[in-house]
Amino acid sequence: MEEFFQQLTNGLAVGGIYALIALGYTMVYGVLKLINFAHGDLFTLGAYLGLTLLTSLGLSGHLGTVLGLIVLAIMVTGFVGIAGALLERAAYRPLRDSHRLSAVVSALGASIFLQNTIMLIYGAKNYVYPLDILPRTTLHIFGLPVPLVRILILTASLLLMAGLYLFIQKTRLGTAIRAAAIDQGAAKLMGINVNQVIMIVFLVGPGLGGVAGLMVGLYYGQVNFTMGWVYGLKAFTAAILGGIGNIPGAMVGGLLLGVIEALGAAYISIAWKDAIAFCVLIVILIVRPTGILGERVADKI
Amino acid sequence: MGEGMILKIENLHVKYGQVEVLHGINLHVNKGEIVTILGANGAGKSTTLNAISGLVKVSSGAIYFEDQPISKVPAHRVVELGVAQAPEGRRVFGTLTVQENLNLGAFTNRDGDNIIQTLGWIYELFPVLLERKNQLAGTLSGGEQQMLAIGRALMANPKVLLLDEPSLGLAPILVKAIFKTLKEINEAGLTIVLVEQNARAALKLANRGYVFEVGKVALEGPSADLLEDPNVQNAYLGGNH
Ligand SMILES: Nc1ncnc2c1ncn2[C@@H]1O[C@H](COP(=O)(O)OP(=O)(O)O)[C@@H](O)[C@H]1O
Ligand SMILES: [Mg+2]
Repeated sequence: MEEFFQQLTNGLAVGGIYALIALGYTMVYGVLKLINFAHGDLFTLGAYLGLTLLTSLGLSGHLGTVLGLIVLAIMVTGFVGIAGALLERAAYRPLRDSHRLSAVVSALGASIFLQNTIMLIYGAKNYVYPLDILPRTTLHIFGLPVPLVRILILTASLLLMAGLYLFIQKTRLGTAIRAAAIDQGAAKLMGINVNQVIMIVFLVGPGLGGVAGLMVGLYYGQVNFTMGWVYGLKAFTAAILGGIGNIPGAMVGGLLLGVIEALGAAYISIAWKDAIAFCVLIVILIVRPTGILGERVADKI
Repeated sequence: MGEGMILKIENLHVKYGQVEVLHGINLHVNKGEIVTILGANGAGKSTTLNAISGLVKVSSGAIYFEDQPISKVPAHRVVELGVAQAPEGRRVFGTLTVQENLNLGAFTNRDGDNIIQTLGWIYELFPVLLERKNQLAGTLSGGEQQMLAIGRALMANPKVLLLDEPSLGLAPILVKAIFKTLKEINEAGLTIVLVEQNARAALKLANRGYVFEVGKVALEGPSADLLEDPNVQNAYLGGNH
């Protein structure tokens, strides 16, 4: 029972991170019908930026842990969001009217470019986050131990998801994003500046991916320049699992994948941890290509 | 631009890729008029409306709205200037509610009082939309979706309303109701450009008409004249009745 509970809470914490990254894939897919293959590398960028800001500014020293982390998260979100918007300008907008395959190639190119840029700046070695940022205490819930870090990570990702959901569902701009995802031409006829909508999607999606990178750094304490690849693939799987293009789907898919993976690693084999996620991807594509909540994708990548 | 003119198209050419589909359209619309554009499938009617709305690129020629050239103005700005379109095939946002669709129509409308007033008017014109305001637009019948598409365009508080085949796929009784409403909308002061396949009904409603043939204006004139024209009768009105 305790083992199960440990794996469940760990799975939920990691799943929250997957969900945040998956939202970036799904939002971009929603408006452009394009898989942003560089998204995983924007996540990596968030992890490295977080580390740099953390060590160079000493925010948590000046502002206290909680406020310091919030300011840090906002800065990382902002910087990675801007990087995402620039990426769209440079790599995707010029190809908006070209064949879809051109944009896919451009996305792969952007991924390689970002990954190598990070490697050139920081070097190829692993980096270690300062360990004393998040409290290492353990709470007891119904007598079962849970590290406080997990609760913090899960809470932060749930709050971000709730914020995004409200933004998309309740605001004028959020409704414009939904409209542009359904029919760009009709959205233009409503007076919506679709280019601006796409820019906002490329600010918000990568911003969330960046903050997820920061969370991974804080949770596991270690980052390297290729981490975006595995996390990107997992989050992409989560997005497909929930139904790509569907925002609540990405949230559900992320949490579910985190839990499946954690339980699978514990009860099947730890060596199979990564394989489990990809088995899930393959099974979904075969059994239910629309995902839990979404539209068909198999012929759209 | 002439006195009382609100919209003017001069020698409009449009290409899709290498293929030119509009070969020099000339057309004007006076303030307060209903002007209909008739013609067979593929004649270039929708392309003309989309050129006005800024959805397709103009390769040469000019479009003026209230004396202002708009052929290079982006689509979302055209709506802001005062030209709204209910497009062919309705294109309502199926997974959004009726209310959300109407709110989107008012995206450029910054006048809160006007939005409330227009919404009230639309619900008066189309009471069924009020009944179904929390329903997803995709669950409405074809006729209801058409009403929603028209209502949504009205929410922008436009000066000119472009309608692309509003009768498409609707039962005759519904067409009659919608055309009656269009008359009401026109009497409230809106200028209407009506693209139609249903030539007889459109000419009865409109002040003037244009007949398009493969990307050119083949005939134009007051509706009464076009109704009497033997060419129009043969080609679009199913012979002389
Ligand atoms: N998106 C498009 N790409 C290429 N050709 C198009 C496109 N839309 C319309 N056409 C062509 O342009 C011509 C005019 O079409 P359209 O304006 O839709 O005519 P109408 O509305 O009068 O039926 C037709 O030959 C049609 O096949
Ligand atoms: Mg047409």
